[in-house]
Amino acid sequence: MRAQIEGSQAVAEAVVLCRPEVIAAYPISPQTHIVERLSRMVKQGDAGRCQYLNVESEFAALSVLIGASAAGARTYTATTSQGLLFMAEAVYNAAGLGLPIVMTIANRAVGAPINIWNDHSDSMALRDAGWIQLYAETNQEAADLHIQAFQLAEQLSSPVMVCMDGYILTHAYEPVDVPDQNLVDAFLPPFSPVQVLDPSDPISIGSMVGPEAFTEVKYLAYQQQLRALALVPEVAGDFERQFHRLSGGLCTPYRMEDADIAVIALGSVIGTIKDAVDELRLEGIAAGCVKIGCYRPFPSLQLRAALEGVSRAIVVEKDLAVGMGGIVSVDIRMALQGSAVPVHTVIAGLGGRSISIASLKRMVIEARAERLNEPHFLDLNTTVIDAEQSRRREQRRAGPVAEQVLRAVNAIGARTT
Amino acid sequence: MPTQRIKFYQTGTYTAGNRLLDEEARTVQSRMDRTNSLNSGHRACQGCGEALGARYAIDAAMRASRNRLIAINATGCLEVFSSPYPESAWQIPWMHSLFGNAPAVASGVAAALRAKGRGDVHVIAQGGDGATVDIGFGCLSGMFERNDDVLYLCYDNEAYMNTGIQRSGATPPFARTNTTQAVGGAPGNLLGTGKNVPRIAMAHGISYVATASVADLHDLEAKVTTAMGMTGARYIHIHVPCPLGWGSDPAHTMRVARMAVESGLFPLFEAKSGVVIGRTLIRHKVPVERYLELQARFKHLFEPRRNSEAIASLQAIADANISFYGLLE
Repeated sequence: MRAQIEGSQAVAEAVVLCRPEVIAAYPISPQTHIVERLSRMVKQGDAGRCQYLNVESEFAALSVLIGASAAGARTYTATTSQGLLFMAEAVYNAAGLGLPIVMTIANRAVGAPINIWNDHSDSMALRDAGWIQLYAETNQEAADLHIQAFQLAEQLSSPVMVCMDGYILTHAYEPVDVPDQNLVDAFLPPFSPVQVLDPSDPISIGSMVGPEAFTEVKYLAYQQQLRALALVPEVAGDFERQFHRLSGGLCTPYRMEDADIAVIALGSVIGTIKDAVDELRLEGIAAGCVKIGCYRPFPSLQLRAALEGVSRAIVVEKDLAVGMGGIVSVDIRMALQGSAVPVHTVIAGLGGRSISIASLKRMVIEARAERLNEPHFLDLNTTVIDAEQSRRREQRRAGPVAEQVLRAVNAIGARTT
Repeated sequence: MPTQRIKFYQTGTYTAGNRLLDEEARTVQSRMDRTNSLNSGHRACQGCGEALGARYAIDAAMRASRNRLIAINATGCLEVFSSPYPESAWQIPWMHSLFGNAPAVASGVAAALRAKGRGDVHVIAQGGDGATVDIGFGCLSGMFERNDDVLYLCYDNEAYMNTGIQRSGATPPFARTNTTQAVGGAPGNLLGTGKNVPRIAMAHGISYVATASVADLHDLEAKVTTAMGMTGARYIHIHVPCPLGWGSDPAHTMRVARMAVESGLFPLFEAKSGVVIGRTLIRHKVPVERYLELQARFKHLFEPRRNSEAIASLQAIADANISFYGLLE
């Protein structure tokens, strides 16, 4: 049923439609609305025999699901930012054990400085933990991806993160079609685990594996992730047949047929980029856009095909590898290995900074004019940077950076307005 | 034929007594139909108290659960010596996830069983003192306060033995470990540190908390059986000597364990809903020295010169336990 609802509510409803059996949750903004709603639905009996555990940390939340999944239950949690990093050890463990847990990441910056707003630093930090990572562009897609995620996870015996931008999606109200239970049931059969803790057929799970077999175990995990490259589009196709709309997939081009310059990104910023592309087209610039919907496994071949024919690519990423620059752009360069297409790294939207159509258009124009430095920080306040750097050169005990920058931003901001 | 009831009184191990006991009073371990849940062939050291304690505890839990048991194991000696694949010693469904999350993983298993309506299957979690009182303590407390249907077994050998003997929150004062070495002005672990997790468990108001020791295997089995007959969060803290870490003779594991109990340093009691309802009386009180001198980790209290003050403070701890639990009444 189509309704004007908050992204978090839509996700919670979609999760309940998937008939989870164990949910564990720990509060952290901006994912709390999802688990609050789930708590209510479980308590009022909308989720059958589903067990809802209020745990004492994110580490415990995922650990509870590791146990529940190994005991054959369909499991779900949601977290973000510091919470995801706090559970990092269990994130690797769940993947290593091959447990098909589904987890929403309401993407948020990682401190310090503490910041509750959106970027992709959290999920990017754990991109190589062995989870499949899907990124939602809209709330409809976020809801749909959860239904697909359980299918993918259980077919591959691999955990899946569904990443959706904190606040931008989780707290936005827009029309979302929450599907009917019978359609979801037909799409998603009950969980049939490949390994289960069962007294009638005792097995050991989580044994120590030494150098004689560790590489082989890891290789199989790698192969399993590569299988997802075939399965993600297949599941998206099945989903389209069942629900009559496109959601998910590995990567999705927009106006790329005759594009000369491509902007590549993940998540909700794709909407803004599409608008920028439309405006640039009106101004005679043949821009296009490619959305990465599945970041792990990384769809190298599909992206290479999508970028065929462009003379320039710009990766807009909401993360920063300090000491390196971009993260996604490195993967794109890898995908384009052997081609002469220049790839620009643009760091944007850190800690919730708005990414405007005007800034994106300026970025494309500057890139075409070879005037983008590498990496380029979108809308960087260089006045503040220069002031703070010179202050730190003059003073040994210059104090904490964040507080000084805040002060400078306010002072300079006040002066310029 | 006239019969006369004989009161058995032994100072040695209790296991020899099985032959003399009524069938029902014998240990689970002495039965032909014991499950050997932790089977032979594992790689524990000679004289390992943890292997012994785990074997008795889990076979008793298996019997109490009619063999419908799932075990979750924290990282540590027990996990490592029992599981190098394909030589798992476990004859029961068993899972190891991480060092610090065994209580939470067990909570998850219990939740899954509840969701699936499998009330017949029981869950235990187990770990060493490091996993229990230190790194997994948050998860343990969470499992307790939610009253999840899990029996947690802590095998306390009073230090991180798997990583090579480092101090834990359960290491006794003055004990030498590789991170509390017997050097400097205050050799060994510091007096006034450490925590009493059985008491903390009781403070959660959970249905059952007990301490046990491999020195009294009948008592250990009885406590596991009692706990398995109850629901909600339950905790048994089992004292298990580690010959390697304690520097004791592997042949003296039982003796060392018994001295810990008989000196009052490791009091045996059980509590229901936060109230102590039973304790094991000390039969022959021994001075703590008898216990300390069996272990190289306390050698610096005797050589090169006797540290009477340290020994007296350990004796004071033992005496306080005896008085608190009424172990000599």
